[in-house]
Amino acid sequence: MNKSVFLGALTVAGLAAGAAAAGTLDDVKARGKLNCGVVTGLVGFGAPDANGEWQGFDVAVCRAVAAAVLGDPTAVEFVPTTAKTRFTALASGEIDMLARNTTWTFSRDVDLKFEFVGINYYDGQGFMVPKELGVSSAKELDGATICIQTGTTTELNLADFFRKNNISYEPVPIETNAEAQPLYLEGACDVYTTDASGLAATRAAFENPGDHVVLPEIISKEPLGPLVRHGDNDWGDVVRWTLNALIAAEEYGVTSANLEEMSAGTDNPEINRLLGSEGTLGEMLGLSADWAKQAIAAGGNYGELFEKTIGENTPVGLARGLNAQWTDGGLLYAPPFR
Amino acid sequence: MSTLSDPPAESFRLSQLINDKRYRSITFQFIALLGLIVVMAYLGWNLVQNLAAAGLNLSYGFLGEPAGYDINQTLIEYTSQSSHLRAAVVGVLNTLLVAVVGCFLATVIGVVVGVLRLSKNWLVRKLMAVYVEIFRNVPVLIWILIIMAVFVAVLPQPRDFRGDNPEASMLWEAFAFTGRGFYSPRPFFTAEWAAGGTGWLIVIALLVAGFFGARALANWATKTQEATGVRPTTWYYTLAIWFGPLIIALIAMGLSWEMPELKGFNFRGGIFMRNSLIALTFALAIYTAAFIAENVRAGILAVSKGQTEAAASLGLRPNRIMNLVVLPQALRVIIPPLISQYLNLTKNSSLAIAVGYMDLTGTLGGITLNQTGRAIECVLLLMLFYLTISLGISAIMNVYNNAVKLKER
Repeated sequence: MNKSVFLGALTVAGLAAGAAAAGTLDDVKARGKLNCGVVTGLVGFGAPDANGEWQGFDVAVCRAVAAAVLGDPTAVEFVPTTAKTRFTALASGEIDMLARNTTWTFSRDVDLKFEFVGINYYDGQGFMVPKELGVSSAKELDGATICIQTGTTTELNLADFFRKNNISYEPVPIETNAEAQPLYLEGACDVYTTDASGLAATRAAFENPGDHVVLPEIISKEPLGPLVRHGDNDWGDVVRWTLNALIAAEEYGVTSANLEEMSAGTDNPEINRLLGSEGTLGEMLGLSADWAKQAIAAGGNYGELFEKTIGENTPVGLARGLNAQWTDGGLLYAPPFR
Repeated sequence: MSTLSDPPAESFRLSQLINDKRYRSITFQFIALLGLIVVMAYLGWNLVQNLAAAGLNLSYGFLGEPAGYDINQTLIEYTSQSSHLRAAVVGVLNTLLVAVVGCFLATVIGVVVGVLRLSKNWLVRKLMAVYVEIFRNVPVLIWILIIMAVFVAVLPQPRDFRGDNPEASMLWEAFAFTGRGFYSPRPFFTAEWAAGGTGWLIVIALLVAGFFGARALANWATKTQEATGVRPTTWYYTLAIWFGPLIIALIAMGLSWEMPELKGFNFRGGIFMRNSLIALTFALAIYTAAFIAENVRAGILAVSKGQTEAAASLGLRPNRIMNLVVLPQALRVIIPPLISQYLNLTKNSSLAIAVGYMDLTGTLGGITLNQTGRAIECVLLLMLFYLTISLGISAIMNVYNNAVKLKER
């Protein structure tokens, strides 16, 4: 028992070191680098490319924050986390923020003491099956063997869905997406379930994506977004408004192509305040006046990032759907910059 | 501590604690103990303080709440509505299952390989050496993954059994070997009074009775042999004692077999041994067996050659020399390291999640930890469990060790 108390204390000593240091923004500036938690590898959302550079939709959020705070989108130390290790990494201060398709839930926000700063992708849990099984609905999956990524909300949704429909299944818990792929492809499980976006990304990496279908049922709400530690509101604001800046930029038509021109000043005061030619929004955040401009310059506005990483012209091939601007019938709605 | 109060009080001075050889070691030990307690207390206090600062508190209340997730292999009844505590118990039982089966297999393989490594046959000797070197020099996690991957890739999946001209077929219409696991017929009792657990209790009772009956018979045979010099032939009595009542009982209870059948996505019915269980147990067993084989070899080599030669000069055959003379003495050397191999195997079973086997680390230390976010509580519980189970194994094995060790009279 002596040993366990000792190790437990060590764990918490690390945890406390992070919690005690409240000024994450100052830490990041002093360090000159942003420590950002990402997935271990999910095509389109966060994965190293052939040159070892991290690319993807979630990765872009990290880069935007680094650009806003430090003026350099490459000043990011990417820390790959699994579904299991991500919260400990954030709570212990190992990472400054987590941008790793993480579902915003009540207990994570309230009980685990995290702060979800917004939603960068509206998702839901779906099922993927091989076409040859001839399954057209999730309700036909009675008795199926299902691969699930463990440590996620998906295993709870799955249990609820099958209980509600009074059908049985055999869960096969898998640690990471990469381990699940061969099991699914070899037929050790009939079905692979995770967020629909994750399924699309996984399918894109298959040799023959056409042999697999994603079933129409979406069995849960999975609002995915970046999160920070609870209690450090200044830092939370920085990440929240960087994300909002990316979304607002798309709404106002600010793109990486016309960014320079727009930042010189426009007729629209909202754009001027966003890009720093009017007002003192950057100062209020404790950043430079052109913070939002830097964030947008890192990879483009929300729409550009989407099209570049997971949009319809990429192998992942996701439609905007719920993730369109509110003006286009989607759910993206950035609060006003004023 | 009694030495402190033994000497007469008037002759004791405080400086003796440092200067007197009799007390000095106790003084230093006491100071070291005090230091240790202070360090522990500091760490414990630090833990509580920092948890409070982070707005968290140590609480095991979550154990009573519904777990909300499903577990594939459950030895006791469990649904997603059962509590986290029950999920942890399911995990404990799964860990114990792997540990017990794994230790048994590892011992059998280890002893055979260890003996064969000393074989006079060059080929056998070298083959066993290759086995030992390969298996003990590659990390066990790699072996678990390799065996699982081979299992899944080589064996046919249930869907291959389907259709008019299937790629795979069942063995005698009763056994199915698939990449998801092995399916075999399950015995059950049709008589109403033996349904449920009653039938199995009767079977176990009869087996226990058979064991004691056979032992009594053997004792009687030994006594007769000592009295008359001739050992009566008893093997058919032994067989009758073991199996006679059992067969009658099984017929009376209406033994029947439930066959696995291909239904929907999977085989249904029968006994299902999951690929994860088989791969994990097998990998742990052959990995640990390589170490046990070395222990066995060392134990045998520790028995002096004179013993073997003396036995041979009495006219014993090599087989009997090994079983009656060498192995009983070698056991004294083998048992202590064997204990630590059993402990290693049990602790290595926590790698189960690599193949999706839901042991304690997978349930309490995995999904429960994740869903509740109670990392410290879960990890403390995990450590407590592994500590208990390891000390338990040590205790049992030490009892056995005391039974076989050299008795000094």
